[in-house]
Amino acid sequence: MNDTVKSTTRAAAGAPSPRRRFLKDAAGVAGGAGLLALGAGIYAKQASALPATAIRPPGALAEADFLAACVRCGLCVRDCPYDTLKLAELGDGVATGTPYFLARDIPCEMCEDIPCVVACPSGALDRALTDIGEARMGLAVLIDQENCLNFLGLRCDVCYRVCPVIDKAITLERMHNPRSDRHAMLLPTVHSEHCTGCGKCEKSCVLPGESAIKVLPIKLAQGSRAEHYLRGWEEKDAAGESLIGEQLELPVRGLEDKAYGDTRVRPGEGPQAPAVPDYAPARPPGGGLDSGWKP
Amino acid sequence: MNAQTTTGQTASARPERKVPPTSVRGAAMRGVVARPGHEAIEAKGWLRAHKWLLLRRASQLGILALFLAGPWFGWWIVKGNLSSSLTLGVLPLTDPFLIAQQLAAGQWPYREALLGGGIVLAFYLLLGGRLFCSWVCPVNLVTDAAAWLRRRLGLKGGKAPAGSTRHWLFGFVLVIAAVTGSLAWEWVNPVSMLHRGLIFGFGLAWGIVGGIFLYDLLIAPRGWCGHLCPQGAFYALLGRVSLVKVSADKRRDCNDCMDCFAVCPEPQVIRPALKGVGQDHPLILDAECTTCGRCVDVCGKDVFRITTRFNRSES
Repeated sequence: MNDTVKSTTRAAAGAPSPRRRFLKDAAGVAGGAGLLALGAGIYAKQASALPATAIRPPGALAEADFLAACVRCGLCVRDCPYDTLKLAELGDGVATGTPYFLARDIPCEMCEDIPCVVACPSGALDRALTDIGEARMGLAVLIDQENCLNFLGLRCDVCYRVCPVIDKAITLERMHNPRSDRHAMLLPTVHSEHCTGCGKCEKSCVLPGESAIKVLPIKLAQGSRAEHYLRGWEEKDAAGESLIGEQLELPVRGLEDKAYGDTRVRPGEGPQAPAVPDYAPARPPGGGLDSGWKP
Repeated sequence: MNAQTTTGQTASARPERKVPPTSVRGAAMRGVVARPGHEAIEAKGWLRAHKWLLLRRASQLGILALFLAGPWFGWWIVKGNLSSSLTLGVLPLTDPFLIAQQLAAGQWPYREALLGGGIVLAFYLLLGGRLFCSWVCPVNLVTDAAAWLRRRLGLKGGKAPAGSTRHWLFGFVLVIAAVTGSLAWEWVNPVSMLHRGLIFGFGLAWGIVGGIFLYDLLIAPRGWCGHLCPQGAFYALLGRVSLVKVSADKRRDCNDCMDCFAVCPEPQVIRPALKGVGQDHPLILDAECTTCGRCVDVCGKDVFRITTRFNRSES
């Protein structure tokens, strides 16, 4: 009773009731805390873009899941025998405290026992990865074809030689060198089904500054497969025969005795052009080189 | 007066009521900068007047040294950092605050992290939630330094947010983790950042640590640990049932010098126990108490001691 009287007098005097004041204070405090958390959340979202040169350790979950799982303890860093991995410091552009490596500095040596994955307590590095050859830390891309020595026609081959999956992840493809028109170029070519993204090629590229071959996140390095485009040759292999039936073979006039599709013609073979009388340019009167013409 | 009647004491029953001249209250009366703890040093000697402070610093620096022995000297006793570590290759320890965020973000950790989180959780549930804050957390060194400098410079006032901000912030940290699907707080968390920085390298994290020091020194007294830190709020939750508590068991000797209030990082927890406001036993049961023991040190009358939550006796 006494209470009611007091609260009504207070209400009459224009002062808020204790409950209202409590709610108002709580709302203010909660709002402040919410703003702080919101700021952290927005910053985290904005800063979660990984620089293209920062490579996650082998077995790392997809980046979004990785950022939810990694507790930033650095145990993977400690168990990396080659000091490849490091924890991001504030200002590195990588989520603070998460592990990464720069292939041009120290690449992954692809330990067979994958100690970094074994050390991870948080699940950010997936222990389902037991064969380092199955790791997909990124994908090497020969990104600068203007400065790559092999593209210039030299035999550097260093990236090919150091590749731990040599002749599978990187092969040398022989091409005609159109500049000299008489030499071959052996072009280092990366195959995504074997490249682990260890970065040894990027590390060893002999160019003085930036490497011509770089390990990029797979998302950056690869286009999406065009699912609507059926690759006829694959379909044919899978089905055992062409899906559209055998193609109709029409004869080509003059090449009837050659295999279908073979259009190579040696001199004297094939349909002959109509005979043209020998052509000789008209000689100037008087002969000699000086035509005597004056403007 | 009310406080005195609830504790059943009167002013005349107290043995000594003279307020020491350098104490907070004595200095305020004389209009000079207080030197809290000065009487305790005279009464008990410097060492005993710093007993818990020295033990606490030894604990904080010792834990840090264990983590640093590996990277500095190659003695790998403990690997990792406070977020998650492996001791002697067998004992996993993980911060349950991080596991809570991880679960909120929708990731299930490996058994080691769960086990390690369980061990840490059990330890602080048993002994005292915010023991982490005062005996382990490296930020405590920073904020204690700011509080010390604030007292020495006689800086008064400032504007601190409400003490409950941290509890809201803890809730929102989990919400933000769930919404963004990432450990969003760990981008800015000064607690894990400072410890990780000391062991793995700082980058620009010095800025955040320096910011906390200046915030506590110039803007908000005890602003970070006492009002904002959601990690401390999480550990305070564990402290609701823990065993080790401070008791003002000789509170009848209190001469109201106010030194304990001046040095306590959570001064609001003292009054109920010391002055018997809203409770009749002398135990500080408030979960915000970090059990740092500084009140035990600075009291010239030995009013406080560290005991268990079951010891409600008073002498």
